Amino acid sequence: MSHELSHLDALEAEAIHIMREVAAELERPVLLFSGGKDSIVLLRLAEKAFRPARFPFPVMHVDTGHNFPEVIEFRDRLVEQVGERLIVASVQESIDKGRAVEETGPRASRNRLQTVTLLDAIAEHQFDAAFGGARRDEERARAKERIFSFRDDFGQWDPKAQRPELWQLYNGRVRKGEHVRVFPISNWTELDVWQYIERERLELPTIYFAHERPVFARDGMLYAASDFVQLQDGEEVFTETVRYRTVGDMTCTGAVASTAATLETVVAEIAATDITERGQTRADDRVTEAAMEDRKREGYF
Amino acid sequence: MTAIASTNGHPAVDLSTTELLRFATAGSVDDGKSTLIGRLLHDAKSILADQLAHVKETSERRGDGELNLALLTDGLRAEREQGITIDVAYRSFQTDKRRFIIADCPGHEQYTRNMVTGASTADLALVLVDARNGLVRQSRRHAAISALLRTPHLVVAINKMDLVDYDQSVYDAIVEDFRSWSVGLEFAEATFIPISALKGDNVVERSERMPWYSGPPLLDHLETVEIAGDRNLEDWRFPVQWVVRPQNDDAHHDYRGYAGQIAAGLLRAGEEVVVLPSGRTTKLAGIDTMDGPLEEAFPPQSVTLLLEDDLDISRGDLIARAGEANPPTVARELEAVVCWMADAPLKAGGRYALKHTTRSVRAIVEAVDWHLDVETLARIDNEDGLALNEIGHVKLRLSGPLAFDTYARNRETGSFILIDEATNDTVGAGLIATPEG
Ligand SMILES: Nc1nc2c(ncn2[C@@H]2O[C@H](COP(=O)(O)OP(=O)(O)O)[C@@H](O)[C@H]2O)c(=O)[nH]1
Repeated sequence: MSHELSHLDALEAEAIHIMREVAAELERPVLLFSGGKDSIVLLRLAEKAFRPARFPFPVMHVDTGHNFPEVIEFRDRLVEQVGERLIVASVQESIDKGRAVEETGPRASRNRLQTVTLLDAIAEHQFDAAFGGARRDEERARAKERIFSFRDDFGQWDPKAQRPELWQLYNGRVRKGEHVRVFPISNWTELDVWQYIERERLELPTIYFAHERPVFARDGMLYAASDFVQLQDGEEVFTETVRYRTVGDMTCTGAVASTAATLETVVAEIAATDITERGQTRADDRVTEAAMEDRKREGYF
Repeated sequence: MTAIASTNGHPAVDLSTTELLRFATAGSVDDGKSTLIGRLLHDAKSILADQLAHVKETSERRGDGELNLALLTDGLRAEREQGITIDVAYRSFQTDKRRFIIADCPGHEQYTRNMVTGASTADLALVLVDARNGLVRQSRRHAAISALLRTPHLVVAINKMDLVDYDQSVYDAIVEDFRSWSVGLEFAEATFIPISALKGDNVVERSERMPWYSGPPLLDHLETVEIAGDRNLEDWRFPVQWVVRPQNDDAHHDYRGYAGQIAAGLLRAGEEVVVLPSGRTTKLAGIDTMDGPLEEAFPPQSVTLLLEDDLDISRGDLIARAGEANPPTVARELEAVVCWMADAPLKAGGRYALKHTTRSVRAIVEAVDWHLDVETLARIDNEDGLALNEIGHVKLRLSGPLAFDTYARNRETGSFILIDEATNDTVGAGLIATPEG
């Protein structure tokens, strides 16, 4: 037999190694779970790293209150299936307590407010490590970020003061109040993630597959019509067969017109696409050239 | 189960079983590194339409011409503003033959630190040379660091051939210069390729303007260079990372597994193993994963080992095969070549935390003996300590025993990092050497 690993196996082995390092070296890790495909992959990798034992950390969702209902339903079911503890940190609560201020207008989004809720929850639970599902291929600022990404006690990322990462030797040392964001699938691409989902036969929220939905067009993208968005003049709701390529808030996640209703057909479409995931579906990154970099510096995922 | 997919215009192939190759690039500023990476990504069709549109738009706005491929690798705002690269960036692309991860190491600021970082995980180093300038300090430095870090493969890409009329004699002279300079450096293999990153010659497509060159274009070489043989399957090295004990579960009440990533060896159940540093022996009873037991396992797989006897084993222990011809050394002192990455120098008497595989100890610097001229790898006597970006030889005394190999024997069990316990920064990268006495 050949002693070669496929790239998916090599990426999986690296991610498992990273998760175990964090569990061993940090005191209070947490796994950030959005209900999207990347965090579903993270959850599977955590099972691979720690089964037959339980995870040595809880799972946390930062709930904006504007999530797709299908995703929330899926989240609860999946976390129960794997038998782990779920913490829900609520953006609505942050707003009610006056920690965050709701944006207004037709383009209002709670995307940015999530940072406040996330940092508050990290402080409240004294987490010193938070796993995230970000990938380097998603965005240019991410390509420069370490797998163990150090955050000061304001949750800030300083791209110029990153710890060098040599071999497989990660340095996760933090002082009280500081934490590390850890990205076990840093080196994965969107296609790797889909192939892994297919290989592992992972279940996904239904919105990833073609379905009929009332939508409206804005800035060349299709958005779900919902109580959370105000239509502007000239915008009209119509029904379209769509699927989602990423999962975020209903207010800022664009849908893709598609009839791919199975995992196989979705993977084939992704493999053949000529537009990036963020370019096709995320309004939040279109605002300025450095939108992601700015949000990351403030403590965003 | 496999995914049959057509990626971005590539023919339909099974992409779920391709191999992963990691390579590190470096070159002096303006040698064309960004252009080359942009060209590779672009010609391998890994740049999608919206990214391309963004680069076109920026190129035109800046007056760079139609399409400045170098912009594809622009990362942070400060970099765009200053037109420089600050930090190592990691980028992925895929062809129908292989999946690639590029560690893109900037060549000017913090050069040694960045190159060492990029080289530490690379299967291959890609050194870029400007055909007009020949080998310069930076290209020699990158090749030397790659040799020191034992990156198994080296490619010297001689770029901007279009500016020297695709002249074979220019290429030959640089190859000759490199060969005579590198006598004594240990490379597994060096390959020379004349290219033009800007025009695309010999990057993805074979160049018709250099019929005198009979080798493959760069991408072909990256797709086919043999890497599976680079792993050490002979020694067994398994640093215990995490002990799996599902206590509150009846079905697994007696389960006790040792989880970790295999650093070396073709592990098979039934063989006698030794646990270091204690030296106790037992048998490997099984290799477990969530997907079921494995007959055999090899690097870099992450698995869980089951042992026959209930020994007292914890994180930081090293499991090796009993009675090996090249057993790990167990000692409380070691000699190493260290690349120093902090502003405050490394000096005799300094104390640091040392992380080796999954074990951390404290280390005191007993002596600094020499440092390297990073361009020639010549040793220069030095007892004053190592400054930022210097690479030198040190003797360390440790607070507890470590089980290690020389770096030459095993990259994983022969390397360590030093951490400043006051700042928690990673300040040094160490390669364990054979004692000089
Ligand atoms: N004529 C020519 N110019 C090149 C070639 N490769 C890069 N350049 C140019 O050299 C300059 C520096 O290239 P860049 O990729 O930014 O270099 P880096 O600093 O190494 O990343 C740019 O003006 C490029 O257009 C080449 O093969 N031929």
